[in-house]
Amino acid sequence: MTLEKEQKKNNLDKIFEVIKTMASKPSGLIGLSILLFHVILAITSPLYVPYDYKAIDPSLMLQAPSSEYWFGTDSLGRDVFTRTILGGRTALTVTFFGSLIALLWGGSLGIFCGLVGGKIDEVVMRIIDAFLSIPWILAMLLIVSLLGTTTLVLIPALGFFYGKGIVRVARAATHDVIAKDFIVSARARGHSNLSIIWNEILPNVRDAIMVEGAMRWSWMLLGFSSLSFLGFGVSPPTPDWGLMISNARGLMSFAYWAVLAPIFGLSSLIIGINLTADAFAKALGIDRSTKAPV
Amino acid sequence: MDSAVQTINNLTIGFTSQKGKQISILKNISTTIKKGETVGIVGESGSGKSTLALAMMGYVKHGLYTISGECLFHSNNLLEMKNKDLENIRGRKIAMIPQNAGQSLTPNLKIGYQIDEALKLHTDLKKEERDKKISELLNKVRLPSPEIMAQRYPHELSGGQQQRVAVAMALAGNPELLLLDEPTTGLDVTTQAHVLELLNFIAKDTGTSMVYVSHDLGAIAQVSDRVIVMYSGEIVLDGPVRSILKNPIHPYTFGLLKSIPKLTSPGLPDSMSGSQPQPGTIKTGCSFYERCNFAEDNCKNNSPNLEYIDDLNTSVRCFKYKELINVKETNLDTVKSINNDVLQNEILDISKVSISYAKQKFIDQLLNKIDDSNPTVQDINININKGETLALVGESGSGKSTILKSIAGLLKTKDGMIKFDKDKVLSNDLKTRDPGFLRAIQLIFQNPDESLNPNHTVEEIVSQPLRLYFGLKGDELKQKIVEVLEKVRLGEFYLTRYPRQLSGGEKQRVAVARAFAAKPDIILCDEVTSALDVSVQAAVLNLLQELKEDFGTTYIFVSHDLAVVRAISDRVAVLYQGRLCEIGPSKNVYQLPSHPYTEVLLGAVLEPDPDVKPKLVAEDIVEEKPPEQGCSFQGRCPRILGDICKNEVPPWQIGENGNSIRCHIKVEDLKKQQNIN
Repeated sequence: MTLEKEQKKNNLDKIFEVIKTMASKPSGLIGLSILLFHVILAITSPLYVPYDYKAIDPSLMLQAPSSEYWFGTDSLGRDVFTRTILGGRTALTVTFFGSLIALLWGGSLGIFCGLVGGKIDEVVMRIIDAFLSIPWILAMLLIVSLLGTTTLVLIPALGFFYGKGIVRVARAATHDVIAKDFIVSARARGHSNLSIIWNEILPNVRDAIMVEGAMRWSWMLLGFSSLSFLGFGVSPPTPDWGLMISNARGLMSFAYWAVLAPIFGLSSLIIGINLTADAFAKALGIDRSTKAPV
Repeated sequence: MDSAVQTINNLTIGFTSQKGKQISILKNISTTIKKGETVGIVGESGSGKSTLALAMMGYVKHGLYTISGECLFHSNNLLEMKNKDLENIRGRKIAMIPQNAGQSLTPNLKIGYQIDEALKLHTDLKKEERDKKISELLNKVRLPSPEIMAQRYPHELSGGQQQRVAVAMALAGNPELLLLDEPTTGLDVTTQAHVLELLNFIAKDTGTSMVYVSHDLGAIAQVSDRVIVMYSGEIVLDGPVRSILKNPIHPYTFGLLKSIPKLTSPGLPDSMSGSQPQPGTIKTGCSFYERCNFAEDNCKNNSPNLEYIDDLNTSVRCFKYKELINVKETNLDTVKSINNDVLQNEILDISKVSISYAKQKFIDQLLNKIDDSNPTVQDINININKGETLALVGESGSGKSTILKSIAGLLKTKDGMIKFDKDKVLSNDLKTRDPGFLRAIQLIFQNPDESLNPNHTVEEIVSQPLRLYFGLKGDELKQKIVEVLEKVRLGEFYLTRYPRQLSGGEKQRVAVARAFAAKPDIILCDEVTSALDVSVQAAVLNLLQELKEDFGTTYIFVSHDLAVVRAISDRVAVLYQGRLCEIGPSKNVYQLPSHPYTEVLLGAVLEPDPDVKPKLVAEDIVEEKPPEQGCSFQGRCPRILGDICKNEVPPWQIGENGNSIRCHIKVEDLKKQQNIN
């Protein structure tokens, strides 16, 4: 076996090792299973939903759960079970790509600031602070009402607002390694800044940034659902948990099932992501209990 | 029964590995600490010496547990005691002095308050009595003006003074047993000698038993009555200090003593091969078997017991100790002399270099000018010849690393210039410096844990300079990496290893390989051996010397350890507060007459010989800043002449042995003064 192949195998081994460590604790195993369940459901659910999610039938309004309609029906007579298992699709997609964007821009800006330091760092961080002081939901509402509620607007907008925190984490992680001699050594050899970031800093801050990104994912999910709840997320009749909760909450006193099902979907996914992120951090040797999220 | 303070019986401490296997860190330790006795515990990192010292306080680190045995303080087993009962013993009966006092003192409480706290906890004195006691304690540890000292915060004291405060706090409860964990490691040579002298005085004065844990045989020799040598969690040798250090009858101690560079014998010491086995790896046989020069088949299969030898009053764990009894002491001094052919061929010319850490004002920044009348490093003139090893020595704050950094281009110089290969001026700024010059000058750092990227394999680490400077790729690159690794005695097998999988010595070899991969003309070595164990240090020094002979590389070697410098360098420059004091061929600098500062430094060096005591000529004051005018050493000089030293920069004079000394005192007078004393 050549050395390159061996190294690739080593990398694969490492990923398996991390997943194995995550699954070795009950909380990690539960988190991973919930997350996996949601992802599979999101991908495959259109293949086996029992009813059409947008089929309105006034004669079936607000039926209680039965063998025919497992989770009952909503105020427009739509099957709640169908809408619930489909309702995570948009949320998962939007927040997954949103988190990726947040990771990318937050991570790179944070590393850059940590590396160059000085005036540039100072200015950028103050701008980030200024953004942190703006209530994100107001800013989001403004963006969405100006640009519309398509996923192409939501993904970058959410990615931007949730990346601010990652900038701080990435910058702090970079500061931890920047004074180490191996960076000094690379500088003295004459490597370019880009090469120092890519070869020396990134492998050392990657774990911290990835864990932060995983945490941000669950927060973003909550944020996205809040937007939908307020009517600024996906537009009806697309099934979405936030929207479903919003529509059904007025009827909660006599049709609790129409609210309960999407709440269960949303909270289980958030718990799943949180548990996974925690187990991920522990498997990588990062203790989140000692480092408060910024 | 002799009044034993502490008795340890068959103590085994270990942990359970992830695979559920029980692994011992300490194996069957039995020893007794008598009243008024000072016991030194020596061993390399990982030998279990700190675990043993903590067990003596009844403390076992988290994750470890006692497998068997007991640790009796008088007749109470500390390891089975309840925390509440332990509180009455810790601090009152047994006190501990940690390695880094600067970190163990609370930074935002005054010294007096912290000692008062210890007194409140451990004694029943009233407020007025305690106040008196604080002054008394500070006096005892010889801190000047105790009343003022008590009002200071830890950061206002020097490292040596902080260590003294830690000693004072430990003495607050009048302990019967004092545990010291590497108390002088990290202190400057002169400070170290002073602290050791203080400890000796306290041991005599108070009759306290002491356990002194250290890797430094020199320090152990100065304070201990008895020495315990640990290896891989076992006691391998236990006996009176003289017999252990003068006629070591265990092959490990024998090798260890041979690998320490000494002031009295120039040249490189012998190195020991291999490294200490990791806990849990040894199955049968003697744990030292792999590294032992005296080993035979018996040692591989059977592990020796600790055997008590009556004549020598010593216990030893070796089958072959009888052979070693007869080895004469003189054989210890078989050092390889080094003979470098230094051509009078200048490769680096440092002229009138000054370096300042002063913050630039905004306007100065724009004009790219540094305004500082009293820079950290000033007026350095050194020429370095091709193939030479030049050492820069001095205590912390002497500017030796600063000079190294500015040669590497990491720090801008304020004045002066550095010329490479006779006439090529090196740019002040890393960004504008010619890549060829960057390649020609490589750095090796003190601590390989920090200088190697923990997330890179050895292959990636060594490939960096090869890719950057020579653009190598693919098989050619791989081949070259293997070639370089072989030069530093590491096989192909290391390519896929990560730094955390290597021992300290192996890591430093990788760092050396990375520097040599660039085919440099000059290698800057910044304290390259001070983070390593003694036996490994010798191996790295030998490796550097061999590589130099092969490649004709020039070394600039920064160290605070005068014995190491003596072993490897051709020429030595002594620095104090960023100013040169003395420069010359190393064998001449190490001979008196010399600059008073060199004299102070040489006097403070600790030899691993209880009969050679350090000479303490000057007070251990630490100066924050170089003086505004006059001689840099005026504040501490034991031979100060008067106003002339305070007002005028001393002239360079040629010393008796061909070394240049920068002092107002005439060489003849220096000679007289230094010979008389």
